[in-house]
Amino acid sequence: MKKIALFILTFCFALSGFSQPKGSVLIKDGTVLTITNGTLENGDVLIENGIITNISEDISAPGGVETIDASGQYVMPGIIDPHSHIAGVDINEASNPVTAEVKMGNSIDPNDIAIYRALAGGVSSIHLLHGSANVIGGESETLKLRYGQGQEGLKFKNAPRTIKFALGENPTRVHGQGSGIKPRTRMGVEQVIRKNFDEALDYRRNRKEYLEAKKSYTGSSAPPQPVAKNLRMETLADIIEGDILVHCHSYRSDEILMLMRVFNDYGVEDYTFTHGNEAFKVATELAKNGARASVFSDWWAYKFEVYYSTAFNAAILNANGVVTSINSDSGELIRHLNHEAAKTIRYGNTSKNDALKMITMNPAIQLGIDDRVGSLEEGKHGDVSIWSEHPLSIYTINQMTFVDGIKYFDKDNDASDMRIDIDPTESRDVSAHKTNFGRTENGKECMHDVFYLFSESANSK
Amino acid sequence: MKAIKKISLLLILVCLSTAATAQITEKPGFGKFAITNADIYTVTNGIIENGVVLIDNKKITYVGKNAKITDDYTRIDASGKRVYPGFIDSGTGLGLVEIGAVSVTNDQNEVGNFNPHVMAFTAINPHSTAIPVTRTSGVTTVLSAPGSGTISGKATLINLYGNSPDSMAVVQKAGLVHNWPSSGPRGWWDDRSDKEIEEAYEENIKQIKDYWKNAMAYNRMMDDYEANSSGKDQPDTDITLRAMREVLTGDVPVILSVNKKKDIKKALSWVEEMREKTEARFMLAGVEEGWMVTEAIADADIPCLIGPVLDVPSEDYMGYQTSYQNAGRLHDAGIQVALMTQDAENVRNLPFNAGFAATYGMGVEQALKAITITPAKIFGVDDKIGSIEEGKIANLFIADGDPFEPMNHIEQVFIDGYKIPMTNRHRQLYEQFLDRDATAGK
Repeated sequence: MKKIALFILTFCFALSGFSQPKGSVLIKDGTVLTITNGTLENGDVLIENGIITNISEDISAPGGVETIDASGQYVMPGIIDPHSHIAGVDINEASNPVTAEVKMGNSIDPNDIAIYRALAGGVSSIHLLHGSANVIGGESETLKLRYGQGQEGLKFKNAPRTIKFALGENPTRVHGQGSGIKPRTRMGVEQVIRKNFDEALDYRRNRKEYLEAKKSYTGSSAPPQPVAKNLRMETLADIIEGDILVHCHSYRSDEILMLMRVFNDYGVEDYTFTHGNEAFKVATELAKNGARASVFSDWWAYKFEVYYSTAFNAAILNANGVVTSINSDSGELIRHLNHEAAKTIRYGNTSKNDALKMITMNPAIQLGIDDRVGSLEEGKHGDVSIWSEHPLSIYTINQMTFVDGIKYFDKDNDASDMRIDIDPTESRDVSAHKTNFGRTENGKECMHDVFYLFSESANSK
Repeated sequence: MKAIKKISLLLILVCLSTAATAQITEKPGFGKFAITNADIYTVTNGIIENGVVLIDNKKITYVGKNAKITDDYTRIDASGKRVYPGFIDSGTGLGLVEIGAVSVTNDQNEVGNFNPHVMAFTAINPHSTAIPVTRTSGVTTVLSAPGSGTISGKATLINLYGNSPDSMAVVQKAGLVHNWPSSGPRGWWDDRSDKEIEEAYEENIKQIKDYWKNAMAYNRMMDDYEANSSGKDQPDTDITLRAMREVLTGDVPVILSVNKKKDIKKALSWVEEMREKTEARFMLAGVEEGWMVTEAIADADIPCLIGPVLDVPSEDYMGYQTSYQNAGRLHDAGIQVALMTQDAENVRNLPFNAGFAATYGMGVEQALKAITITPAKIFGVDDKIGSIEEGKIANLFIADGDPFEPMNHIEQVFIDGYKIPMTNRHRQLYEQFLDRDATAGK
């Protein structure tokens, strides 16, 4: 029944041409955790046509607007995961150390059940990243989890362009060890970036000169030598010109320092180190450069470059003034990022509000969407989650998740099977992800599509 | 003036470096300890508010409200704090795996399909970096288990402090890890046809049955010979089948790892058959689709090691809470349930796995039992560990609140009576780098 309702809903939107519907709702009498403006006990949040229009007490619902009683419950902004591969089809274009021309926006699976499961964990937006096989991977895509609205419906409209970089073991294993081409070492990684940046600068200058010459060509002399459009070089040049935010997969402090030197040389200013397991060692330098970090709460030791890491990473970075977020890189962790954030209190006594910032406002800043999401403020998008207890408590259960004022998850209307696109010919169970006593594989991760290249790959993020 | 500055700076540096060394090389305390004014979560005898726990050498010697504390006890004031028995993780690779992706540091998976003679105990590294990281979270005891092939080897139950596997072992051979074959594809990349998969499945089951048949025959032959060797040739030793004898007699239980609904049913009918023919004892491990066949598992009267709880549902069509609810559903069906993480470096997340099980149906009390007294019972050591009771081994910890809450802190851990230094790599890096440039930044 619920499935049918969802289907009809989807169908209606498809018919009306709405792929990004906006709704109105009044959430009443909850403990409102605004993140940026403190906590409002017994507060109301009014969302109209997808936008928060009022946060105060005793708001009465405008005509026709549904009211939700959140008394005894906690209302917070939808969680934002700045590092995810759910809803991705292919993750790694592992055919070259630099593949800046490819786009995750062309690789979205809008019916991935992981989207629904993330919504159930209070997540409203994710950063769908290219994998970490390449030094410079493809452009990533910021999504809103409008489950059921198709590929275009998922995209976060007018979010800044972002691109994935990757340093260290992954690119050196895939390309150096795997294919015998640069980079085989961290020395090589630096030079791959510099070489491609230099080429991109030359390309942009030459291309520009050519286009200008072509424009002013009168036919009286020899025609200008054509410089063909090169999508890879276009993207790289856009990075250098500051049009694309960089999210760089990295672990060790030396490689983090390397990239900051390179970026300083080329004038790249807006970037985030993702994973950054050793970012805490260079927190001072990160803060000085205005660089940001997006880290795991406690993952370590699954590969050598994360052996000297600490679960206190986020707390150290935060205390040193680095804008820090907690990410999942996992279809499992994304289901409880609120508890991943809570660990920053166990490990380093981060304040509750700062812990919540790491899964809301800070990832929004890192994705350049903090003017629209990441906190409960009038004028921001109606992306909200409602929890039975304080969201940092292990005993809390997410009740509802809204995106643009539309309810995409409601615990009381959760059917056992929430798939959208069911293949009627599929009869066998397909995801036997556990076979032996030991570890499990949880969906798509950084090195998806490239596992076959290695013998030692079981747990390489 | 400059000289004084230099000298004082030097003094500060000397003090700091001694302090740092002291932290890293701090030795555990041992002797007599009195933990006072604590809320004691005994697990087996309720909660004692504002109580006292006395520790004398390895043992808990008193639990209650009216202790006479003599001067020879080191007092630990735990006002406003809670004391719990050490948590037990019923399935890990701790001590066997240092860095997951670096195969030379991973001793979990031996070559060969039938390895009952292989023992995790042999390869436990008492000085693994992950051990202090784990024990400071309140997890004091883990089952450390091998994982490859059909019969992976014998798992060991260890306390997480000691300088040798011998000094850590609670049960040297706690169970035989036995993987039931999977009737489904191995993953999204498995392109075998249904028929090929089914044939391989049947072949694998036949191999198991044949192996057990051989083990029974070998055991009978050796029993006969040992009962009366006169006039008989001594049979040649088979090192693997010999290792099955203590399994067939029930001295070492079988940890049967199985997950899919269909496989659980098939495995249970095999268990029934083996129970008739041998004295072997069985438990199930993994059991992620156990909630679909609770009746069959309950009828078989077989304990289950469940986990990780923090996992995705096994199939896309299953409800999002399925994996969180599994432990509670099995418990509700009357099945003995212990929890495990199946992790190595992050076994410290066991309390949060229990917290999720608690939240999604199991309740706090039962979830707490599932990581304390229940696994102690399943592994036959509930006279030694799993609760705070007089006479038991002093495996316990003090927390500043509910230890299932990721926000709360574990303040002091005791293992085997040893007062464990609350440091580890993660905390040392924190202390070193929080204010990196405060004294001598470069």
